[in-house]
Amino acid sequence: MVPFDLLVAGCIAYVILLFAVAFVAERRARSGRGGWLRSPWVYTLSLSVYCTAWTFYGAVGFAARSGLEFATIYMGPTLIMVGWWWILRKLVRIGRTQRVTSIADLISSRYGKSNLLGVIVTLLAVVGTAPYIALQLQSVTLSFGVFAAASPQGWALPDQGVTAIWVAAGLALFTILFGTRNLDANERHHGVVIAIALEAVVKLVALFGVGAFVVWGVAGGVGDVLAKIEASPIADWPLQPGRWIGLTFLSAAALLTLPRMFQVLVVENADERHLATAGWAFPLYLLAMSLFVVPIAVVGLERMPAGSNPDLFVLTLPLSEGNGGLAILAFLGGFSSATSMVIVAAIALATMVSNHIVTPLWLSLRAGGARAAGDVRGLVLTARRLSIGVVLALGYGYYSLSGGSEALAAIGLIAFVGLAQILPAMLGGIFWRGATRVGAGAGLVTGFALWLYTLFLPSFGSSGLISAEVLVEGPFGWGWLRPQALFGIEGIDPLMHAMIWSLALNTAAFLIGSLLSFPEPLERMQGAAFVHVFDQSRGTRGWSRGGAEPEGLLVMAQGILGGEEAQRFFQAAAVEQGKAGFLPDTTPDFIDRLERRLAGAVGSATAHAMIAQFAEGAAVSVQDLMAVASEAQQIKEYSAQLEAKSEELARTARQLREVNDKLTDLSVQKDAFLSQISHELRTPMTSIRAFSEILMEPDLPEPMRAKYAEIIHEEAIRLTRLLDDLLDLSVLENRKAQLTVQVANLHDLIERAITSASSTRPDRDFTFHRDLPTEHMAVYTDTDRLVQVFINLVSNARKYCDAEHPELTIRVRRAGARVEVDFVDNGSGIPKKSQSIIFEKFSRLTDTSRAGGAGLGLAICREIMANLGGTIEYLPGQGGAAFRVSLPVRRGLTRAA
Amino acid sequence: MTLPDAGTGRRGDRRPPVFLARRSYRRRRMMDACRMLPILGAALWMIPILWHPADTAADDTAPGIVYLFAVWIVLVALAAALSRGLTRALEDGEDEGG
Repeated sequence: MVPFDLLVAGCIAYVILLFAVAFVAERRARSGRGGWLRSPWVYTLSLSVYCTAWTFYGAVGFAARSGLEFATIYMGPTLIMVGWWWILRKLVRIGRTQRVTSIADLISSRYGKSNLLGVIVTLLAVVGTAPYIALQLQSVTLSFGVFAAASPQGWALPDQGVTAIWVAAGLALFTILFGTRNLDANERHHGVVIAIALEAVVKLVALFGVGAFVVWGVAGGVGDVLAKIEASPIADWPLQPGRWIGLTFLSAAALLTLPRMFQVLVVENADERHLATAGWAFPLYLLAMSLFVVPIAVVGLERMPAGSNPDLFVLTLPLSEGNGGLAILAFLGGFSSATSMVIVAAIALATMVSNHIVTPLWLSLRAGGARAAGDVRGLVLTARRLSIGVVLALGYGYYSLSGGSEALAAIGLIAFVGLAQILPAMLGGIFWRGATRVGAGAGLVTGFALWLYTLFLPSFGSSGLISAEVLVEGPFGWGWLRPQALFGIEGIDPLMHAMIWSLALNTAAFLIGSLLSFPEPLERMQGAAFVHVFDQSRGTRGWSRGGAEPEGLLVMAQGILGGEEAQRFFQAAAVEQGKAGFLPDTTPDFIDRLERRLAGAVGSATAHAMIAQFAEGAAVSVQDLMAVASEAQQIKEYSAQLEAKSEELARTARQLREVNDKLTDLSVQKDAFLSQISHELRTPMTSIRAFSEILMEPDLPEPMRAKYAEIIHEEAIRLTRLLDDLLDLSVLENRKAQLTVQVANLHDLIERAITSASSTRPDRDFTFHRDLPTEHMAVYTDTDRLVQVFINLVSNARKYCDAEHPELTIRVRRAGARVEVDFVDNGSGIPKKSQSIIFEKFSRLTDTSRAGGAGLGLAICREIMANLGGTIEYLPGQGGAAFRVSLPVRRGLTRAA
Repeated sequence: MTLPDAGTGRRGDRRPPVFLARRSYRRRRMMDACRMLPILGAALWMIPILWHPADTAADDTAPGIVYLFAVWIVLVALAAALSRGLTRALEDGEDEGG
């Protein structure tokens, strides 16, 4: 007998190991050293969330009761996997091009980004999965019970509920820690995936260990086991053809439609080619998992006392044979199966709930809608964390309500049937362009309702929501509506009965609804994009016109993707269009890409609704679709090409015009500068000349002589400073500046700059917002030059910030091998037309030149940063004037872009 | 279980060639083979419907197990054999008409 304490200690050590592995994987992926995390083997192993505790323990029980029928649960997925070229490859490709976040999002996106369908699928998934999670909790508490009780049969632990609470809480913690690190579905959860891959190995090793022990340790080898099989009650298993076919079909459907399987198969897929490996390796894994099921069942039935639970043979058999170590391994295998399923299911469900229910609700309740959305990112992440908690609480609630009843053991297949209701809409959606939203909705609702009525509710037993009376006589005594014998067709296995009726009527409703309804333009477009996903030439854009205001879009994208990410996206798009800065032209193509990007975070329906607020009237119309598909397509394509070309020309012309304007501005500035510089030089010169003439007077009193000499001295200093600046600038521009590179703490540099700049307009009360801990970072650069840049930015803010209570926010961020320091004030910012010239020499936006200086400050800053291998840029859309200084942590490692 | 794909239909101006070079031809057949695997597997695995393990006295369950796993191994082996060629097809972007 294994001491219970040892088991608990082993279990805790295992959990700590999982946390550590997830943590390390997450760290490695973050620092870009996680190439192996994206290997096809990790992908294959992560698919093993299909094998839950229900299959780990339950398969043996299943085999003990129904013989080889247990294998159907693995046969279906095997068939789908070996034929991956057919369905899975298409799903994965669609998932990637449409940035699908969950199975609900797939359905919603396919049928015109309809959030209603997303909500229906989400509800179906929650209802179907919560009991499944309860089943996992039950299996963990039961297996704990086996060890806790004196005899293997006495698993009635007094504190079962407590165990379940601990397990649920621990799982919630793990899932929240590693499952909600990032918002975007296409950024993978490396920590979670690697932990699950590890658990997959543990499961397999455990089951193999027990199997090998049973075959060669307890029985006398393969031949003996085969003989025992023939001698055991299993030999006379009743093969029911209906169930044989039905269960194979059901498990095949489950592989595609279970939210957790969709999560690991499609959403977490990093590379389509991984499917080629998983296509044979995952069936091999399933084969290995089921290889020893029958031997364990047979030997268990023979050795264990009559009446013992066959569902727990994997544990109780090694225990009763006195092999405690193996029993602990088996326990960890079961524990792994349960936890990996719960973790992935919770992530998948939380994504659905937050994207399809919480976020749309919140956006519609807010005044101003998406335009004033603010920090959606924070909201969605919080919603996801809360949803994980709620999903696990639901699972626990279901567990404690049903009290670990027999009904729970059947829930695995019941959940399969429930989620298989998504299958018609899913397959119809990716293979048939004629499938419409109305059809999908009708099918889903019909299937959902029938499943609830014929299978889910009756599964609670006669004490549940459907009374025994209704079960036997039908509602209101209508016999033809009996839940388990619809239309009077009796004598079918209840599971098969429910499956056949619900799926048949679901498919019928789906087909009829699709045939009779007429889809909206967006729906037709999405339909074509899904069905012809491999044919890129058919691309149609969802937006027919551009022209949305880019700054507003940037503000909204920042709220969803986070400031840094959104700025990078906008900047890249701007660069692609040949523009500098952060604001690209909002071409239909750009809006389309932005929408898809946002869809990866908040789901397609929400992303579409949010973009629509900015691009009103630009959504695609039936005419736009017709234009693509009509008979005169070639002519139109030709004219479209011409149009695109002329658009391109117009864009180039505009760019040229912009450059020309800039040159003209520069020329005017240069002239202005020459007169400015002459003026700046002349003023001190004049006074020097005048005062030196006075000094030449012979009888000047001594105090006056001293005063005039001082004035001459001061003017000379001013002259020198101006000339120094000019000289400095020319040295910097020619890249001949001598740099004194040394290491320093960024915090000290900022501190120095703020102190030095405090002499600028000392009369103004200035508030600084800083995040001190992030500032402590070693930089290896010319610190004096860098401080010069900082001083310039801070004193500029002090000079020009026109807010009543001026504030300056300084943010420091590490981005790879670079440091970014943002200086954001709360003034009115710099008008868009001036943003391109502020870094030019002698540009001054206001004529109020009393602040001193000849407009060289930012020009010098730009040249200094170029010399340091960094950049300084104006950052639009921050609610004030904002500058971003970016430099390499170590000068010399990376050159300026 | 699946509907035939309509990807062989018209494809705008980029009509794929009707006849293919030897290598592309082999790859197309490999894709076909991969699509046929589930049908083969389903057919072989549905044969047990014809058995009646409970009705006969013969020792038929153990051979049944061996048969099921043998089919399984054949499927895995065939899928593994196809996977390399199909990976290359994916790398070359030869996946039109999925």
